[in-house]
Parts: sequence; C-alpha cells; structure tokens
Amino acid sequence: MLEQHLPALPIILPLIAAPIALLLGRSILSWGFATLVSGLAFIFSWQLLAAALSDGVLSYAVGGWAPPWGIELRVDVANAFVLLAVTAISTLVLVYSKDSIEKEVKAANHSLFYTAHLLCLAGLSGILITGDAFNLFVFLEVSSLATYALVSLASDRRCLTAAFRYLVMGTIGATFILIGVGMLYMKTGTLNMMDLAVRIDAYDSSRTINTGLAFIMVGVSIKLALFPLHMWLPPAYTHAPSAVSAFLSSTATKVAVYVMIRFIFTVFGIEHVFVDMGMGLILMVLAVVAIFKCSYMATVQSNVKTVLAYSSVAQIGYMILGLSLVSVAGLMAGMIHIFNHALMKGALFMAVGAVFYRVGSVDIKAFAGLGRKMPLTMAAFAIAGLSIIGVPLTVGFVSKWYLVTAALEQDNWIVAALVLLGSLFAVVYIGRVLEAAYFQKLPESQGSKNIKEVSWLMLAPMWVLVIANIYFGIDTSLTTEAANSAAEWLFQADSMSVSKALEGQMSDTVVQEVSS
Amino acid sequence: MNFILDYYNYWIVVFLMMAGFYIVISANNLVKKIVGLNVFQTSVFMLYISMGKVSGGTAPIVVEGVTEYSNPLPHVLILTAIVVGVATTAVGLALVVRIKRAYGTVEENEFDNKDDAI
Repeated sequence: MLEQHLPALPIILPLIAAPIALLLGRSILSWGFATLVSGLAFIFSWQLLAAALSDGVLSYAVGGWAPPWGIELRVDVANAFVLLAVTAISTLVLVYSKDSIEKEVKAANHSLFYTAHLLCLAGLSGILITGDAFNLFVFLEVSSLATYALVSLASDRRCLTAAFRYLVMGTIGATFILIGVGMLYMKTGTLNMMDLAVRIDAYDSSRTINTGLAFIMVGVSIKLALFPLHMWLPPAYTHAPSAVSAFLSSTATKVAVYVMIRFIFTVFGIEHVFVDMGMGLILMVLAVVAIFKCSYMATVQSNVKTVLAYSSVAQIGYMILGLSLVSVAGLMAGMIHIFNHALMKGALFMAVGAVFYRVGSVDIKAFAGLGRKMPLTMAAFAIAGLSIIGVPLTVGFVSKWYLVTAALEQDNWIVAALVLLGSLFAVVYIGRVLEAAYFQKLPESQGSKNIKEVSWLMLAPMWVLVIANIYFGIDTSLTTEAANSAAEWLFQADSMSVSKALEGQMSDTVVQEVSS
Repeated sequence: MNFILDYYNYWIVVFLMMAGFYIVISANNLVKKIVGLNVFQTSVFMLYISMGKVSGGTAPIVVEGVTEYSNPLPHVLILTAIVVGVATTAVGLALVVRIKRAYGTVEENEFDNKDDAI
C-alpha cells in the first residue's frame, strides 16, 4: 500500500504536516514534529533513489488519471538524487534550528517558522518529482512563498526589505516561467514533460517554442541566481535567520538548477538548446563571469554571511559551467556539485550561525580569536571552507576534478584553467575568516570572556555535514555512480535528437559519450 | 493592418506585460511595485485565456444546444495561477505592512538611507 504511493509521499507528508505543526503551537512540539516529518521524507527519498537506481523510472498518476492527461509524478535517478540531498539537508537544518531559532526569531513566530519550513520542503520536493510543466510552476510558487516568509522572520529589520526584493524578483521569475509554459502549451497542447519533449521535436524552428524557451530560461535563471540576475540573493541570505540561510543556500537554488537541467535535457532537447539556439556559449560565459565576479565580491565583504552568499552565486556558476559543456562528464560534474555544494554550504552557514549564537555578530571582526574559544565550530568552518576551495580529500575537490576533466575532454583548456583560477579567490575569502579566527587575539571586552562552544544540538548536524564532506571526498562511489547514471540517463532520454545531431554541428564527444 | 487587428488581444497582453514590468522596475513606492506585479501577472492570465479560445465556441460550461466550447484547460490552469497571484500579493502586502512598522516609510529610497545611517 505504502510502497505503491512512494513517489507521492515526499510531497504529501510535509504538506499535510505543515498546518499540524502550526496547530501544535508550542515551539518544542512543532520542532520535534517537523524534524520527524522531515526525517521520514528523507527515508522515503532514500527508498526512491534505491528504486530508481534498480528499476529506472517510477511513474505515478495522481488521482488515477493516466498521463498525459492527468498530472504525472515521475521519479528517475536525476531527481531522486537531488531529492535525497534536499531532504537530508532539511532534516539536519531542522535539528540545528532549535537553538538557533530561539536566539534569532521571536518566540511567537517559532511554530510559524517550522510550518513555513515544511511548506518549503513540500514545494521543493514537488518541483523535483513532478513531471508536469504547469505543476512545476505551482510547486515553485509554493516553495517560494514559504521562502519569502522564512527570510522575513529574522529579528533584524533589514530582513524585511531583503524579503520584499526577493519576492519581487522571485515573482517575476516565476511569471516568466508561466509565460514560457503557456507558449509551449499554445503550440503543442500538452503540459506533460515527456509528451512535450516528443511534440516539441516536430516544431523545431517554431518561433513560439523558441520564445517559450527564452522565457523559461530567463525565469529559471532568476530563480537559480545565475550571474546578472543574482541581485536578490546576497541580501536575502545575509539577513535571513542562520538556519534559513543554511537551508536555502543548500536546497532552493540547487532545485532551480535541476529545473534548468530538466527543461534543457528532457523537454527541449540538447540539440535544440545548444546547437540551434546557441545557449551553451551564453551559459558558459555567464557561468565564468559569475565565478570570477562573485568570488571577487566575496573577498571584499565584511559580513561573513554575505561572503558565503556571494560564494554561493560563484558555486552556482560552477554547476552551470558543468552543464554548458554539453557532455555526460560535464553534466555529471554539475550534478555532483549540486550535491556537494549542499554539503559544504550547509556546514559553513551552520558554523556561522553558531558564531552568531554565541558572539551576536557575523562581522569578520567578530571571528577574532574564536579558534580557541569555539574550537569545534571553527574546525567545522575550516574543513567546509577547505572543501569550498577544493582541497583533496574533501568533496569540493571531487566536483572540481570532474569539472576540469570534463573541460579537458573537449580540449577546452581555457575553461579548465579558469575553474582552477576561481579556486584562488576561495582561498582568499575563506582564508580571511580563518586568519581572524586562528591568528588574531580575542578582543578584551566584557562579553568575550563568556564565549564558549555551542550545544551538541547545533554541533551534531554541523559535524554530520563536515564528516559527509570528508567521507564523500574519499569514497566517491555513491555520488559519482548516482550522478553518472543520472547524467547518462538524461542524455539517453535525448538520444533521439542526439542521433539527429550526428549529421549536424554537434561535437563528436557528445555522441561518443552516449554510445559508449 | 489586418495583422494588428486580428491579434488585438495579444497586443493588449504585450502592452500590459510591459507596463506592469516597467512599474515594478521604476516605482519607488512598495505598494506601487505590488500593483505593477499584479498588472504583469494579469497580462499572463489574459494570454492563457486568449489561447484557450476556440472560434465559434462558448464558455466551457455545459449549456443545452451548444456543442462547441472553448478549451477549458487554460481556464483551469489560470484559475490556479490567479490563486498563486493572490497569495503572492498577500505576502507582499504583509511585508509592506511590516516594513512600514519597522522603518516608518514604504518609499524605497528613504529606507535605504536609514539602513546606511546605522
């Protein structure tokens, strides 16, 4: 009974649990309940990934209406992989949030926080699992609306203006996606993604389809904070409560990257997007500029949360760079980086949140001398920071390794060199914080005597992520296998248009990759 | 000329879309920004309803003696999108109320100055 409805459970469970968390009212009860629900969602997504790896695609017809007429939930390796990362981070952040939220959010709003978190989780799972283009827009709005509320819950008033700007940008992005989906429906008369993929093939050079593609790409780019459209992200992540920054930076933008992958590879087809429309070059240029401009911006900020927010935009550049290489290896590097970046940014934001909990500031000056006072927190920050830089034995190294390999496979030396150069900026911005923490003296003020390590409830999820950073940096079998089969699957789903590309201008590498 | 007249509903959509977008970008007052956002979203609703129209068909409601109906699916989809739009407006206005309480103003340039002063 439960087995049969497995694909629907990660969406339904948090959605039903959200109002219950609100009704529970008391902070501790809502916290326990939300954590339990998120943990269950994690177990279900683990089973989904296992099922998808063994059986291939799971299709679930909502309400018994068969696709393409009804809404279809479709789980394959690609989205089960991202779903696993999202639910895992959500559970860890919820464990962490109990203490952190008590400090940063007014007591009256605690159960509202957990409700909004669960709604956001439901929306994100929905985006990942659904196989229906319009449904994707609805879930995108469900998660976004919950996100705006989450950002605005901090005690600092600047979070309100940040949330408002995020709302304006997010709504424009989502409306662009809606326009794009409308244009696709206008031409093809279907909303099911698999059905769309087949029918779009027949209208390859239709102007309506191309306009729809442009609208969807711009809309999704706003949502995932691709370089020139990222202006909402740094203020939103800086002023949101720490737990929210940790959750959003490691899930929301990653899910939007997944949406872009899904639209390019499943719906429009790589040949159409990359060869006919020439989007590969646009994405590659934007990604490289994002890596350099935003890494540079990260080095000159004084607020450590802003540093990490700009670093997030730069890391998104790496993911988009991976998929703009148009090869299985490149896409795989992008998928691995989605997972790995969730691990490292989650740990970094949690460590910064712990510093805020004790010191009451996240300015880089506030980190002075913390290496001795909060050894475990700062060690977690250091290891996750090394991971962002890409030091061997951490996950950051794994994703950069695959990205550079994918670039070299196409003899694209410039991109490979740029990826490595970008890491130098990470050395600077992580190094500045570590320098303050380990090589500067603790300021001799009254309050600083009482600074001590945070409770285990905050340390445990942080260290789970740090250990995962190291574990997946050494034993890469799970991540690379899942990402590789996801990438291969996405390319195979598109093999029809690839075989057509044989005669076309598509580079030979792609075709070899698919046939091998 | 015929091209313009035949597609007049789409011209209205494009005009509203651009007007709404311009208001969102240029308005200084946060409530006006939300109004602009609403105009922008409404233009998309009209786009969907236009494309559901079947020439000679009536509204997709069962009536005696009518056999041709407009495509009901865009109507249903846009009903969902309207609900989403209402929810967005509600969240946006709630934020504006809280911004007014925290800063004492809803003019964007004014609260920017207040944060810089801190």
